[in-house]
Amino acid sequence: MDTLVAQLQRQLRDYTISLYHQGFLDDQFTELKKLQDECSPDFVAEVVSLFFEDCEKLISNMARALDQTGNVDFKLVGSSVHQLKGSSSSVGAKRVKGLCITFKECCDSQNFGGCVRCLQQVDIEYKSLKAKLQDLFNLEQQIVQAGGRIPQVDI
Amino acid sequence: MEKGFTPVGLRVLVVDDDPTWLKILEKMLKKCSYEVTTCGLAREALRLLRERKDGYDIVISDVNMPDMDGFKLLEHVGLELDLPVIMMSVDGETSRVMKGVQHGACDYLLKPIRMKELKIIWQHVLRKKLQEVKDIEGSCCYEGGADWIIRNDEAHFLGGGEDVSFGKRRKDFDFEKKLLQDESDPSSSKKARVVWSFELHQKFVNAVNQIGCDHKAGPKKILDLMNVPWLTRENVASHLQKYRLYLSRLEKGKELKCYSGGAKNIDSPPKDADLNSGHQSPGKSSYAFSVGSSLLHKATETDPKPLASASVSDPNSDVHMPPKAKKTRIGFDPPLSSTAFDSLLPWNDVPDPLESKPPILYENNFLQPSQSSYVSNSAPSLMEEEMKLSYETPAGGTCVNADEFLKSPTVTLQDLDLSAPSAISCMKLQEFSSNVTNSTESILRSLSWEFPESHHSGSLDTDLDFSWLQGEHFLANTGLQNFQFQDYSSSTSLLSELPPHLWFGNERLPDPDEYSLLVDQGLFIS
Repeated sequence: MDTLVAQLQRQLRDYTISLYHQGFLDDQFTELKKLQDECSPDFVAEVVSLFFEDCEKLISNMARALDQTGNVDFKLVGSSVHQLKGSSSSVGAKRVKGLCITFKECCDSQNFGGCVRCLQQVDIEYKSLKAKLQDLFNLEQQIVQAGGRIPQVDI
Repeated sequence: MEKGFTPVGLRVLVVDDDPTWLKILEKMLKKCSYEVTTCGLAREALRLLRERKDGYDIVISDVNMPDMDGFKLLEHVGLELDLPVIMMSVDGETSRVMKGVQHGACDYLLKPIRMKELKIIWQHVLRKKLQEVKDIEGSCCYEGGADWIIRNDEAHFLGGGEDVSFGKRRKDFDFEKKLLQDESDPSSSKKARVVWSFELHQKFVNAVNQIGCDHKAGPKKILDLMNVPWLTRENVASHLQKYRLYLSRLEKGKELKCYSGGAKNIDSPPKDADLNSGHQSPGKSSYAFSVGSSLLHKATETDPKPLASASVSDPNSDVHMPPKAKKTRIGFDPPLSSTAFDSLLPWNDVPDPLESKPPILYENNFLQPSQSSYVSNSAPSLMEEEMKLSYETPAGGTCVNADEFLKSPTVTLQDLDLSAPSAISCMKLQEFSSNVTNSTESILRSLSWEFPESHHSGSLDTDLDFSWLQGEHFLANTGLQNFQFQDYSSSTSLLSELPPHLWFGNERLPDPDEYSLLVDQGLFIS
């Protein structure tokens, strides 16, 4: 009979794999997990937190810049997009990073409508990822609380 | 090559305005057994480098930084300190890479950076030192001196009998000291070596400047002008060679005309006055003439330009971490309060998504009277507390809390008060809400989804029955009394800000399997 821990571990594996398969995460996330160790047991969660903070800041910068109707500084937006791209590459936020590429193109071609749409999508994507990762961390916590070990998930 | 060469303790300075990358790189470099200092601003990095001119072995810097172009930083570091610099960027465009190389970067890494790339950066340090030895060899006038230098130093670098590490035997690797101090080594066939102290060098530079442009200044003339009795023409000659090398390196990167004026005509922010002033008025600056590395190391303690007051990360501490993250929870601050953003997005079907308080539901009439106590509690960050409330202290007498629920496997929906679902909450929500067909959208739109829409209707009950039973079956098996519902619920307000048509999970019907419980949950949330 399956123990609670085994059940939870299986769920964690399945959930993690699904996140990769659906393109939410890429192998950079795997690298982050490898960096986590006894010295920094919450490393991934900490880094991910930093990333989401950065997202919020950058997105609000972009929104503000795009809000200057008639006088939009596309260079400024573009530079924020570039930063976001760099940031998203750090945690393996694959979808966000992909959006940034499109977004950058819109900035370069000064396509206002395109920029706005991209911004909306980026906002959705990062929040979506945030929720999913929160679920993931919760699962891990449950495993630990149930006395189990967090399994290594090979993608 | 002789014995193994260990780059342990290599002193790396990382400069990146992206806090996420800074944290990651620090961790990665530490795993390589390097000694890491992090920095969020280019100017701060320069300050650190100048403060401890021998304090670092290599610099890794991002190309795009707010206060200073990464290439500019690269130039400064190369000129003033002649340290190897590695550039990094998420942008791998050839033109950018080329620019990096042109500005003197010894490598250009593409983000995301891998461990294996960082593990080998010590090669750049070694390579640079060996290269400089060869430079000296070319210009040195000492008989056999150069050979001696190379032989000895390579031995030093390569271990000569034991593993050499940068950290442990730092002073051994201090090339200049080794060479300059070793005047009385009887084993060498060289002449007495001169220690080019700051004052001596200053005399030298003054003499050179006096004479005029480079090509006119010969060692004899310089020697005469310097008026240092014990100095020989050979000393001056070799020093001149090295000085020329240094200048040519400067010239490569910058728009330098002629060193005759003494002042380096570097077209850059006032910060560079340090470089200039160092030549003119030594003051507290100290020159250490280094045969091995950059010909002139300069450190100044008299940096008159205050650094930008922008917040600078303390290089020796971790990037600031929000405390909540320590609990492996993503720091979550509902709701997102970007009103600028708000005006941009025509999400008309959702009532004020970004500004509304998440648990709007409390005001809805579907709540049973016994739940009315919740209504007064509407507040933004209430999700988890609400959950706790409903979980632990059901307002209504007929409420079944999760504990009871779990213990009584035969509980059907009819037995449950409406508050009970909230206790089990998110885990189940997607199941029953997806079973609730056309009312899904209205539910989700107006509420946080712990609280289902009215289920007075019989059809709802039957729909829900299955999922509840199934759900509780899962719970009963697990025996866990305390799922961390509040954590789940905290993420719900994210959703309440999004228009339903943008929720990816809407089109999905859930898998009734236990297996996919959480997976679907996750999907639904998205």
